[in-house]
Amino acid sequence: MLSFIVRRLLIAVPVVVASSVLVFILVANSGDPLADLKGRQPPVPQQVIEAREKLIGLDKPLPQRYWNWLTNFLQGDMGVTIRGQEVQPLLWQRMQITLRMVVLASIVAIVLAIGAGVLSAVKQYTVTDYTFTFAGFLFLSMPVFWLAALLKEYGAIRLNKVFGQQVIYTVGPESPNLAGSFGHRLADYAGHLVLPTIALAMISFAAWSRYQRATMLDVLGSDYIRLARAKGLSRSRVMVRHALRNALIPLVTVVAIDTAAIFGGAVVTERVFAWQGMGSLLVQGVETNDPNLLLAWLMVTSVLVVLFNLIADVLYAVLDPRIRYG
Amino acid sequence: MADTRVPPPGAGADEAGDGQELRRTEHGVQVHEVASTTTEREFTVEARTQRQLIMRRFLSHKLAVGSLVVFLLVVVASLIGGRLWKYGYADITDEFSSPPSLEHPMGTDSIGHDSMAQILRGAQKSVQVALMVALLATTFGTLIGALAGYYRGWTDSALMRFTDLVLTIPAIALLAVLAANVAEKAGNWFFIGLVLAALQWTYIARVVRGQFLSLREKEFVEAARALGASDARIMFRHLLPNATGSIIVNATITVAVAILLETALSYIGLGIRPPDTSLGLLVSTGQQAATTRPWLFWFPGIFIIVIALTVNFIGDGLRDAFDPTQTRVRA
Amino acid sequence: MATNTLPEQPAAETGSHAVLEVKDLTVEFPTDDGVVHAVRGVSFSLEPGQVLGIVGESGSGKSVTSLAIMGLLPRSARIHGEVNFQGRNLLRLPDKEQAKVRGKQIAMIFQDPMTSLNPVYSVGWQLQEAILAHQDIGKDKAWARAVELLDLVGIPNAADRAKNYPHEFSGGMRQRAVIAMAMTNDPDVIIADEPTTALDVTVQAQVLDTLERVQENTSAGIVLITHDLGVVAGMADRVLVMYAGKPVEIGDTDSIYYDPRMPYTLGLLGSLPRLDAKGAEQLTPIRGAPPSLINLPPGCPFSPRCPMSRPNCDSDEPALRPVAGVDHVAACHYAEELAGDVAAAEVFETAEADVQALEELDHLGTLDQAEAEQAEERA
Repeated sequence: MLSFIVRRLLIAVPVVVASSVLVFILVANSGDPLADLKGRQPPVPQQVIEAREKLIGLDKPLPQRYWNWLTNFLQGDMGVTIRGQEVQPLLWQRMQITLRMVVLASIVAIVLAIGAGVLSAVKQYTVTDYTFTFAGFLFLSMPVFWLAALLKEYGAIRLNKVFGQQVIYTVGPESPNLAGSFGHRLADYAGHLVLPTIALAMISFAAWSRYQRATMLDVLGSDYIRLARAKGLSRSRVMVRHALRNALIPLVTVVAIDTAAIFGGAVVTERVFAWQGMGSLLVQGVETNDPNLLLAWLMVTSVLVVLFNLIADVLYAVLDPRIRYG
Repeated sequence: MADTRVPPPGAGADEAGDGQELRRTEHGVQVHEVASTTTEREFTVEARTQRQLIMRRFLSHKLAVGSLVVFLLVVVASLIGGRLWKYGYADITDEFSSPPSLEHPMGTDSIGHDSMAQILRGAQKSVQVALMVALLATTFGTLIGALAGYYRGWTDSALMRFTDLVLTIPAIALLAVLAANVAEKAGNWFFIGLVLAALQWTYIARVVRGQFLSLREKEFVEAARALGASDARIMFRHLLPNATGSIIVNATITVAVAILLETALSYIGLGIRPPDTSLGLLVSTGQQAATTRPWLFWFPGIFIIVIALTVNFIGDGLRDAFDPTQTRVRA
Repeated sequence: MATNTLPEQPAAETGSHAVLEVKDLTVEFPTDDGVVHAVRGVSFSLEPGQVLGIVGESGSGKSVTSLAIMGLLPRSARIHGEVNFQGRNLLRLPDKEQAKVRGKQIAMIFQDPMTSLNPVYSVGWQLQEAILAHQDIGKDKAWARAVELLDLVGIPNAADRAKNYPHEFSGGMRQRAVIAMAMTNDPDVIIADEPTTALDVTVQAQVLDTLERVQENTSAGIVLITHDLGVVAGMADRVLVMYAGKPVEIGDTDSIYYDPRMPYTLGLLGSLPRLDAKGAEQLTPIRGAPPSLINLPPGCPFSPRCPMSRPNCDSDEPALRPVAGVDHVAACHYAEELAGDVAAAEVFETAEADVQALEELDHLGTLDQAEAEQAEERA
């Protein structure tokens, strides 16, 4: 088992490295950080432009720029943004905010997907099944930004009316100048998290629950389930210990593959709820053609995705003895 | 009920119902030839070609057929409707911020644009992008997947590692960076479609690769090879037709995903930009007025949902049509 | 519907009570295309220590019969009749009660050992689970018993192997593990549904050997379901031949093999190549295919494929009736004609090589030349 983990880690490294190359090439070619400088009227003298280029390092060949950037990055130096902010602490802070949403939404989506998928499969072709399936299709076809906007514009007000006070917040990850006991702060975070998490979770849940249903049906029809029942085990034991245990395995892979997509969804959702997280950082980076910021952003996200995939791989090996020594 | 008495040998010996020849064996058993036609009692259904079977199965899936109709309507409306409708999407009318009426079935926005015209235009863009993405991604993805699945070994590893790589980066981020690339190109639906396709092909490539991997082991491939068929011929004439089902199903999924991605991109302002419009953009501007002028928020959203939903249902129907052994909900 | 008369127990065996008695079992499945009559009136009884072989083609209803006895059919199935075990009709019991009988007093072995075991739990764990489900003993004791059982069925290094996962076992070993699982609670009846079909011949022999040993140990009655007549000949005391959802012949093994009285049985036996055939033997494949169980026409279901069929065969379905002594029953109007050593080749058409084609090829010289000429023709 340990060798399995080590092997997976070793494979992950070249992936991340290759990712860094791809990302670098991408960002280096996508937009000119000096665009506004070059486009100014009256035209800026060439020497100034060249001087700037030298400052940023654009005068060096691509591979060298890559190497410089990589070595710096690995030491934790992610450079500065166009406006002069330190990228690393900025990214770190924003990441924590976004991860709050992403992790919570993933957990919620997983739990809901398992529940809905299993119920749908067990009660195949009943009203429950049709309802879940239709809900799945609906949310699958719904753009996350629209759902988020819907929840924000309509849900928040109504819910707050029900509680009689503002419990659900729609702007930002926490109230400004938040202070007080841990419990108070937690409640504040929660209030801000509710709507974005629901929006993000629903979309993932839709896709995963359909997959889970299909997997569960597959498992329920298999020979070993029949044998388990032939042994005289109770229905519930067969369902949980045998069927569910096997049906959860493929879901791990699916969730891992979708990690990148969830980040994408988070970017959009943050926009709706005006969170100052990774999402707004990305937009800022793109709009200002900020190479350091974009590079750092893409790399960090990439590493996170690879990390989640790694965790998923290990989890898979824990659940499925067949691949443990593969 | 059954008559268990045996008629004595000899009685009625020369009659067999079909007028067949009777003879007696050495032990005196009366037998006749068994005509092969009489044994095919079970074939009460006429044989149909593969394509016909698939069509029949798809057509029996009412939800999918209904969705197909609605989707086609939307496509036609978006492509042609814009020209037929009295207002253009950029026209500014006198009434602004007016709720739906006979004059403006979907209301107008704060500047005086007719919402219906805008939505039709936005739908047109979305559909254009989505169909283009599906076409490009499917073609390219199929090619890559076929090569990887057929040749295996290094080709496969290299290609698959590459697709893995592309998948580690969130679509939105990649799109944002790519689409905002060159100022003039940004906002051009063709460019956006190109960029989206550049991401989507990976999913189809994986699917096709999987199919080719399992299909190439089948005997008919060995037989073809024994007959001297070239690699290309095997891939195109033998393997590809068998993978068509998966390819088509995934192509429809690609359409749905492309629509959602394009609208999301437009929503955050990095996709199709003014003066052109997209359903995502409409939602973005309409969101601020959601409570006061709901029509600006709901109509574009519902359009997106309808398009994506119908495509998803069609995809589901296609999946069932190509593989009836799949369990499905008969909605 | 024709009712079947149960063969009376031969005088020598009365005194022992049948451990399992199936009466008029009928199973129907409603489907989109119509109602499938999978089982249309099966009756048999099983004595302790006896091996009953149920033989038939795919689709004859033999597996569905066994699943019905175990209560493992899907909820959409409509089941009628009686399955009497220890004085109770199992079909009338609620699922919970059936579960108490399953795995404890009536155990089942399935066809495909590769998929019968849950891949995520160790073999020992699955055996332990079977034990703990019906016996109130500690986990350690249950594990020890599991290892014991694995040893009994011939798994080497049972103590170590018990910790292995199913994918680490070979096909034959897996099947033996499944047999061990069936034995755990000392069942009175073991139903083996095609236990050797998915295995190589040499492994088959081992598995059957194991089954025999199990029987000696537990004196359970075994229902051995298979389409392989060779397997049945080696192990069964009595044979039940099924066709189109109904038994068409029941009798002692010797009686069936040497004195078949139903044309289908005769044809089946004739289609087997035999090592003890005298001289050149010709096989008798039975032409055609089994009928659809949805639109079953009246009369004997075998009639369209039967060289002996007469007009009344298409209108009256024959019932099982004694044909050679009281233990041997067959469902054929003309069973008497088959008395006295009738060879299958007499009644059925024999398979012949396409002599004409072979002669033509010979005429062309070598086979290679023929290929070359054929290729030229095509070009």
